[in-house]
Amino acid sequence: MKTSTEDGAPRDGAPWVKSERQLERERRRRRAGVRSASLATVSSLLFVAVVAGVVVSSPGWPRVHDTFFDWGEFTGALPDVLRGFWLNVQIFLIAEPLILLLGLLVALARGLRNPLFFPLRALAIAYTDVFRGIPTILLVYLVGFGLPALQLQGVPDSPAVLGGFALVLSYGAYVAEVFRAGIDSVHPSQRAAARSLGLSRAQALRFVVLPQAVRRVVPPLLNDFASLQKDTALVAVLGPLEALRQAQIHSAETFDYTPYLAAAVLFVALTVPLARFTDHLAARAERRRAPGGGT
Amino acid sequence: MSRRYLPLLTGLAALVLAGTACAPEETSTAEAPASCAKEDLNLETAGKLTVATDKPAFEPWFSGDDPSNGKGFESAVTYAVAEEMGFAENEVAWTVQPFDSAYAPGPKKFDFDVNQISVTPERAKAVTFSDGYYTVRQAVVTLGDSEYAGATTMAALKDASIAVQVGTTSLQAVKEQIDPGEQPKVFNTQIDAVNALKNEQVDLLVVDLPTAFYVTAAQIDGAKIVGQLPHRNGDTEHFGLLLERGNPLVSCLNEAIGALKSSGELQRLEDKWLAAEGDAPLLK
Repeated sequence: MKTSTEDGAPRDGAPWVKSERQLERERRRRRAGVRSASLATVSSLLFVAVVAGVVVSSPGWPRVHDTFFDWGEFTGALPDVLRGFWLNVQIFLIAEPLILLLGLLVALARGLRNPLFFPLRALAIAYTDVFRGIPTILLVYLVGFGLPALQLQGVPDSPAVLGGFALVLSYGAYVAEVFRAGIDSVHPSQRAAARSLGLSRAQALRFVVLPQAVRRVVPPLLNDFASLQKDTALVAVLGPLEALRQAQIHSAETFDYTPYLAAAVLFVALTVPLARFTDHLAARAERRRAPGGGT
Repeated sequence: MSRRYLPLLTGLAALVLAGTACAPEETSTAEAPASCAKEDLNLETAGKLTVATDKPAFEPWFSGDDPSNGKGFESAVTYAVAEEMGFAENEVAWTVQPFDSAYAPGPKKFDFDVNQISVTPERAKAVTFSDGYYTVRQAVVTLGDSEYAGATTMAALKDASIAVQVGTTSLQAVKEQIDPGEQPKVFNTQIDAVNALKNEQVDLLVVDLPTAFYVTAAQIDGAKIVGQLPHRNGDTEHFGLLLERGNPLVSCLNEAIGALKSSGELQRLEDKWLAAEGDAPLLK
């Protein structure tokens, strides 16, 4: 028995049910969804099969297989590489908070308007210009070999610490720019409104502008964080035994490149979840900005 | 078949074609040369011996970062081997090959690589080595005013922080023989390791003996050699020429090296370019 009119408007007193047309619509959507998912699967499988086929049938494959995908070599090198990787993890876990702090301070220094603070502002601008311009590996070299050569009291001589310091200097400049972009993206009316409510400049910055700015730049900050995780491998040039260096040592002992693959797998295992998390945050922010988006 | 999937299929077909089309011809594994006469050899460049080494090329193995001047032990040995095989000096072409990629699989752009490469059984699975042309020992270098300067046993070095260059057998020697409490620091280049000692970032530097003599003589003022490490488990360690795996040229190189050994020429070159081992005591 039909309980609704053709266009789905409920009759008087009858409970609302979906119209035939709506049900048909939903069926069609489901069918289209299933169809596109299966097409995507088939196409991916076909693509992987073709690429794998081309690679494995190439004349050099047995040799590449021996040199890059040697399972025994992989398992042999993994414990050492993993131990080295722990050092990479320590470096970026300690460096990241320092980077965020330095970046924020530099961004705030660039935002100072009082002419008295001009030297500070100039210093912040010079810092970002210089340290964003130097290739990170050069900076690691300069800090790692230059600071100890000064023979100053109290300079740490641990290469991991020096390398971490170089990374902080380099990434601090990038992150400062990210924060500054976030602060600049907050609409001036927010600041004006805060000031008109009687908040001082500092209070407006602290309670109104910064919270919004930081929330906006979380995805690019996470992006920089992923980049930092990979760049900890650059500290290898100073001599600590981190993942890349351990891989290199194993590779030179047996003339086989598989240990590098072990190091690559570890780095990927770390950065991929972070990348997905960044995507999730970005999508959430998008939803919130959409009309009717909650918080 | 609807028109919509045409581009997709075309793409796939192109991929398959590309994959099969750019597969190179199977290179037939070269036969052993009929003789070691210059004409019979299957060389990188016909009529020329193409020799690779790293850049910078270090003293005392090479001189002035120029392998083609015949100065320095490995340069001299290369020209001696070439001469033995019937190549004139101008028929030896040098090319740069970083150590890390010298053992990459696939065709090489050199006939052989001469770069203080120690022969080990593990390495010999991946490449082909010639017979050894130099028997090498590892030596420990420190600054003259260091607490380790007077050490006579390996046990006395256990607490030191040690620098080595990555990819060298020096590292293995340190791990197996000194087995220090602190992990050795491993540097990209020999220069970095030497500088680490210079800056007092480490207590000791472990390098092969001729390099150790060069470091103390020319690179760090007041550095001294503490002593030589004994050979690992009694095996001698030697440098060999590195070739692409299975390159039949190795038999001719070995012939030449054998001739240089028996004529005493190799020893003469060693005496000429590498300092005598008299003043580096063996550590116990």
